[in-house]
Amino acid sequence: MYTIIVCGSLVPDPLQTLEPIAGPNGPALKNEMMLPSSLDPWAGHALYEAANLAAKHPGSKVWLVSLGPKAKLQQVMMTVAQKVPFELIALDGPAGGFTDAAETAAALAEAIGAIPGLDLANVLLFGGWESASRGAGATMQLVGERLGITEQFQGVDSLTIGTDGSLRILERVEGGKHQVSVCSAPPAVLGWATGNLPEPRNNPQVGMANMRGIMPALQKAKAAPVGTGDITFASVSLPKQTRATQVIKDQPPEQIAAELVAWIRG
Amino acid sequence: MPTDRPTMDADIVCVGFGPAAGGFLTKLAGALLNPDGSPALESPSMPGMPLQVMCYERADDIGFGVSGIVTNAKSLRESFPDLDPAQIPMAAPVTEEKILYLLDPGGASRRPLSMRAADTAIRALGGVLGVQHEAMELPWTPSFLNKHGGLILSMGQFTQWVGSQVMATGAVQIWPGSPVGEAIIEDQTVAGVRLLDQGVTKDGQPADGFMPGMDVRAPLTVVADGPVGAVGQQLDAHFGVPAGHHLHDWALGMKFVVDLPESCELAAGTVLHTIGYPEPEIFGFLYVHPDRVASLGIFVPSWFDNPARTAYRYLQHWMMHPYLWRHLKGGRLRSWGAKSLQESGRRGEPHLTGDGFARIGEGSGSTNVLTNSGVDEAWATGVQLAEAVIELLKAGKPFTKDNLDATYVTRRRASWLEAEARIAEKARDGFQRGVVPGLIGTMLTGLTKGMFAIPGRPSPPHARVPDPADYYEGRISKQELAAIRKDCDTKGIAASGVLMDRAGWPAIPFDGELLVSHQDALLMGGKVQAPAGYADHVVFLYPNDCEACGSKICVEMCSGQAITPSESGRPVFDREKCIHCGACLWNCAQAHPNNPELARVNFRAGTGGLHSGEN
Repeated sequence: MYTIIVCGSLVPDPLQTLEPIAGPNGPALKNEMMLPSSLDPWAGHALYEAANLAAKHPGSKVWLVSLGPKAKLQQVMMTVAQKVPFELIALDGPAGGFTDAAETAAALAEAIGAIPGLDLANVLLFGGWESASRGAGATMQLVGERLGITEQFQGVDSLTIGTDGSLRILERVEGGKHQVSVCSAPPAVLGWATGNLPEPRNNPQVGMANMRGIMPALQKAKAAPVGTGDITFASVSLPKQTRATQVIKDQPPEQIAAELVAWIRG
Repeated sequence: MPTDRPTMDADIVCVGFGPAAGGFLTKLAGALLNPDGSPALESPSMPGMPLQVMCYERADDIGFGVSGIVTNAKSLRESFPDLDPAQIPMAAPVTEEKILYLLDPGGASRRPLSMRAADTAIRALGGVLGVQHEAMELPWTPSFLNKHGGLILSMGQFTQWVGSQVMATGAVQIWPGSPVGEAIIEDQTVAGVRLLDQGVTKDGQPADGFMPGMDVRAPLTVVADGPVGAVGQQLDAHFGVPAGHHLHDWALGMKFVVDLPESCELAAGTVLHTIGYPEPEIFGFLYVHPDRVASLGIFVPSWFDNPARTAYRYLQHWMMHPYLWRHLKGGRLRSWGAKSLQESGRRGEPHLTGDGFARIGEGSGSTNVLTNSGVDEAWATGVQLAEAVIELLKAGKPFTKDNLDATYVTRRRASWLEAEARIAEKARDGFQRGVVPGLIGTMLTGLTKGMFAIPGRPSPPHARVPDPADYYEGRISKQELAAIRKDCDTKGIAASGVLMDRAGWPAIPFDGELLVSHQDALLMGGKVQAPAGYADHVVFLYPNDCEACGSKICVEMCSGQAITPSESGRPVFDREKCIHCGACLWNCAQAHPNNPELARVNFRAGTGGLHSGEN
C-alpha cells in the first residue's frame, strides 16, 4: 500500500503557435489563457505509472499536485480525470514555461507538506524527469530535497516492486542502457522518462468519480508565489523550426535515412 | 476486459460544444446557482444534488472548432452586455467592409458567357468603375450583408473563451475527447446518449482494451452536434424531417489563419467578401484580426457542378489573385481548417423537438444563407432553449415534445431569428439555375426582404455531380481522362490537381510559408491527430459501386486527403488525416439505394481531428 504523489501540470499544447511576449511580471506566452493545453506528457507518464502501481496494491492512493492557471487546470482535468483515479491538489499560478524551477519546487513541496495526515516516510514522489515547457530537469529533485527525501532516481523507465517490498528501478543512462538500482523501501523520488505504459483510454466513469473531488480542489486552489517578477530574464526565445514534407512510397529505409541526414546537414 | 456497458444518470446531456451549446450552457449555468453559490435547481435524477448537466465534445479540446466568423453579434451581446472584444483573443470590431468582384486574371476560370461579357465590359470601363488589381469593389455593401458594428472572431478562441466562462461557474461539465456515438431511443423517446466504444478495430469489433461506451441517461438530450453530427443524422433518419424540408444545399468552407506580412496595410476589423474567382461559384472571405493576423478562405458549394472539385487548390489560386496577393505575399500560414456548412437554412430545419430531445445550432437549420451568418444565430437557438428549459424546470414540467414546443419552439418562432430565416428561405434558389441567376436572386431576395426570389428546386447533391467526361468536354478527351484517373489511382492521389493543371490552372509556386502543399497544411496548420482504439467513422457502404464510380468526388473533395483512391479504384479512408469536415457526407455521386435523399457513404461519430485552437 503506497501513497503516491505525482507532481505534474499542464503545458500549452505543443502543436500550437507559441509566441513569447513581455508580460508585467516577465516573459509569458501570447494568449496563454486561450491556448489549448494538455497534461505535460512527462508528468502524464508519471501519473499513469502511479495509477498502475496503485491498482496493483489495493489501498494505495494517488495524489496529483498541479501548479497552473486555475481556469486552464479545470479544462485539462476534464480530460485527465477520465484516464485514471487520483485526488487533485491545485495551485493557481502560471504554466507557460517561464517560471523558475526552484520557485515551482518550493510551492509544490509546501503543498505536499500540507496534505493532512501525510506520512512522508511512506511516500513515493513521482513526476516528469523533464517537462514539455520547463526543460531544467531539476524540479523533482528540488521538491524531494525540500521534503527531505534523499533517495532520488531520474530518467526512470521502470519500477518493479520486489516480494520484500523493495523498489527495483531502471534509470536511463547513455547508450540506450539502463542503470539498475534497488531501494529497500519508500520514500523515494522518481522522475519518470517515458515509462512503459500506453496512455489510458478515456473512461467517463473514472472521470465522473474524479470530478467530485477535482471541482472542490480547484475552488480551494491557492495562489502560488511563482512568476511574480522576482527573477529577471535577460532574453527568451523558442527553438527554430524547419519543416519539409514529402509523401513517399516504396522507398527503402536506407534511402529515407540518407535523405534525412542530407536534409539535417542542409 | 470490461464488457458490461456502464450507465450513468444525468439531468441534461448536451451533444457537442460549439456556439449553440455555448449559448445554451451560458444561459443555463447562470440560472443554476443562487447569488450565494448554492444550487438554485435540484437534480430530479439525483435528489439532493444540483442539476447534473453534462456536455460531451468529440474534439480533443473545446477550442478546435472551425469557422471564419464575422457576425453582427446581436445575440452574443444580449448574453454579454458588457462584452469587451479585447477579452477574446483575435476578436476585433468590424471597421470596414467591402464586396469585391474578382476578375479572372489567368483565363482558367470556367465563366459562363454572360459573365465573360460582363468581365469584358468591366475591363473596358475599368477607369470609371475603379477596377484595380483585377477586381472591382462594389460601391456599397447591401444592408442584408452589412456587419458594420459587429465582430470578427476566431471560432477556436471564442469557444475557448466561452468554455472558460461556463466552466468557471462550476455548474456544468464539458468533457472534450468524448464523442457521442448515438442517441438512446426508446419508444420514440430520446432517453440519453451512448458514448463511442473504445478499444475496437477499424470496423468496430472489440479488441485489446475494449471499453464499451457509457450510456448517459437523461430526461433531456440537447443535440448541438452541428451539420454533420452523428446524433443529428440519427434523429433525421429515425424521425424523418418535416414535410417539404430537405438537406440538399451544402458548402465546404476552408480557411487559413495567416500572419500578414509587415507590408500589409489592411487594418484590424477589415472584412472583404469576394465573388467571381477562382470559379464563379466560389465565394471568398478575408477578415483581419488584431496583431496583423487574418482569417481567409473560400466556400465551395454543392451546386458547383464540378466532379473534381477541391477546396484546397482553389483556395491557393484565390489567395494568389492579384487583389489579395498584394496583401498576402510574404505572409505565413498559422492555422488551417475546414468544415461543412448546412446551407438549406430554414428549409433544412429538422424536427426541433421530440420527447426527450431538442435540437439547436447549425444542425437545427439556423444558418442564414442570405446574411451569410451562422454563429450568432446558433448562439441564439441555444439561449432560447436554455430559457425554455429553465421555465420547464421551475414549473416542474417534463421535457416532452409538447412542453418543449410550447417553450423552446414558440420562443424561436417569435424571434428575429425566425423572421430573418423566412426572408432568407429562397435566397439561393436561383443558384440551381446558374451562378448569374443565383447572384441576381440573392440580391433580389435581400433587397425585397424576401418578397421576390428567382425560383429553383434544390436537388440532392449526388444528383448534381456530372460525368467528368461531360464536364471536361472540349478540354480533356475521354481517353485522357481515363488515363489520368488510372494513373492517379495507381499513385493513390486525387486527380483534381492533374485535371486543374490540364484545364489551364498554373502550378502553385510553393514557398514553404504560405503556399504549402496540402499535406503541409494538415501538419503545419491543422495539426491533425487521431487517438487509437476507435473505429473508422467514414464508411463506404457499397465499395464495389465506389470502385466503378466515375468521378470519385469523395476523394477530390476530401479536405484532409484522408480519402484516397486505391489501385482498384476503391476509396480508402485514413482516420489519422481526417479533420471531420464531413464533406464526404455530401460529396458522393451515387444515391443510397434505399433512400434517394442520402448517398453511399456513412459519416459516423468519430474522434480526433484538428488540433489548432485558432481557426
